[in-house]
Amino acid sequence: DGLGPGSGGGRRGPQGGPLAPWVPVVGLEIHAQISSNSKLFSGSQVQFAAPPNSLVSFFDASLPGTLPVLNRRCVEAAVMTGLALNCSINKKSLFDRKHYFYADLPAGYQITQQRVPIAVNGSLSYSLCIDNKMSQMVTKTVRIKQIQLEQDSGKSLHDDSRSQTLVDLNRAGVGLMEVVMEPDMCCGEEAAAAVRELQLILQTLGSSQAIMAEGQLRVDANVSVHHPGEPYGVRTEVKNINSIRFLAKAIDYEIQRQIEELENGGTILNETRAFDSKLGCTVPMRDKEGMQDYRFMPEPNLPPLILYDTKSLPANVNHQQVVNIDWIHERLPDLPSAKRAKLVELYGILPEHSFTLVNEDGLTEFFENVLKQTQMKPKKVIGWILNDLLSYLKQHSCTVKESPVSSVLLADLLNLLEKKEISASAAKQVFEELWKGEGKTPLEIVKEKQLQLIEDREELEQICQAVIDEHEKEVIMVVLESSGTVLSSKVNAFCCTA
Amino acid sequence: MWCRQARGSVPRRLAAGGGRALAGPSQGAVSGELLRHLEHLALVDFRDREGVERLRGAIRFADRLREVNTDGVEPMDSVLEDRCLYLREDDVTEGNCTKELLNNAREKVEEYFVAPPGILCCPECDLQLVSHNSLFSVR
Repeated sequence: DGLGPGSGGGRRGPQGGPLAPWVPVVGLEIHAQISSNSKLFSGSQVQFAAPPNSLVSFFDASLPGTLPVLNRRCVEAAVMTGLALNCSINKKSLFDRKHYFYADLPAGYQITQQRVPIAVNGSLSYSLCIDNKMSQMVTKTVRIKQIQLEQDSGKSLHDDSRSQTLVDLNRAGVGLMEVVMEPDMCCGEEAAAAVRELQLILQTLGSSQAIMAEGQLRVDANVSVHHPGEPYGVRTEVKNINSIRFLAKAIDYEIQRQIEELENGGTILNETRAFDSKLGCTVPMRDKEGMQDYRFMPEPNLPPLILYDTKSLPANVNHQQVVNIDWIHERLPDLPSAKRAKLVELYGILPEHSFTLVNEDGLTEFFENVLKQTQMKPKKVIGWILNDLLSYLKQHSCTVKESPVSSVLLADLLNLLEKKEISASAAKQVFEELWKGEGKTPLEIVKEKQLQLIEDREELEQICQAVIDEHEKEVIMVVLESSGTVLSSKVNAFCCTA
Repeated sequence: MWCRQARGSVPRRLAAGGGRALAGPSQGAVSGELLRHLEHLALVDFRDREGVERLRGAIRFADRLREVNTDGVEPMDSVLEDRCLYLREDDVTEGNCTKELLNNAREKVEEYFVAPPGILCCPECDLQLVSHNSLFSVR
């Protein structure tokens, strides 16, 4: 069938089976909406879900005679994010215009940072579980090529029935940080883990709320495959991914699709594809045709953005007009990796546990609140938090904040267990009752269901004797077996009748 | 200061305003393919001779920049390069003028602007391109 080693098809071994493995290559372009009161270059409000075109200024609508005015908070957000991702912050960065026509881009261009962005050459470390068991975690790193400030576009609603597009400019001009990751990843799972970690970092910094469902974090994946030792293959861009779960699915699907296409002798087009979450596959996007020429040019209305550090800070300067990188660096909060390390060190829990704690919004706080109110050791408490509380929360799709079992109630329960007033299995029963949220305390439930452990020796002997008296046949069997006597089939049959 | 050119090195014939274009790659020749590409990118119609002539004239005019020796001179991409970029406080000071904005719209649906479907990037689409010296409008 004409397949040779240099062709795009899968190479065949001597027996005719497929030979060379495929190396998938995944790069990500992430747009994070900056958490600010007003937009990047105008004073309109930034808010999700407002009446159409109510958060739009004359500049956002691109009316003639308006000019961009840079929002200081957006600059600080980008610097914080750059520092958290180990980037070099460019003390001088430039703004450019990227031209293309679309209904939700009223100016006909987007103001971005194409030549010299605000931050470059960083890295993001993330962790993966091997084999889906939370027992072995491996740390990986992805290089961050750059972070740039740019404007968001408005929203288009396509009305195919009336052959028109409805445009809402509320989102037009909102500040975005585009985070460009080098193609250091090789599968959906890695990409998902990297994005999750980035999300946690952004949320910790407060530079973006990074909620994917509200469009505050948008991820486009660049996917290609090649044989080891050969040049990278043609890549496709996958868009329209609305959750981290779908990100992994979309990437894995696209990798498979490309491999199958190439092994069947086909070629991969350098195209943009959309992920269809219902069908679980990627499809070519109608509107994108070939490579775009954006005719980048410097933004003539904005001078270079100059950032300072303590050394270069000029004297007698208006502090409102100055962004000091060192000042921001000093005030960075503990990043997720630092939080996890602290949890492991303070409480002696496993690294995998710290991941789950930090990953779930509010769980660390809950855990620490329980610890404050109980004598039980952290290593034992963590089991209740991760195995019992978390699994109930997941089963009922609750967040930690919505938990019917508060940290106070759980601490009370664990104290009963710790003082040996109830057994571990009784404690599980009490927990189940507490989950119903009927307002009873653990002690009340224990008394109600008579789950307390009996310590009185005489009472225990009476109970045991009663059990023995009621189950003669079972007792005989136990005695005979424990004395090593082999039971004849007749005796066995006798003892097994009720 | 905005013209970082060493004194005396501007050729007198340029300074006098006259001058012929040097032989360069364009020399006024704009291929049909380039024209179509430009029309596609800028949504401008060069269909008539006058349009193409204007374009060629503009290129000839800009080509005169090549006569200047810029060896060792840093490119300047903005006359604002030594100005301070003003930073605004993150306060909400604008917006809430839906009515005013929609007054400009020829068509609207509830409070949305209305646009034709799809991407407007090909002259062959349902667009009426106007001549090279005015803005495009949409049918």
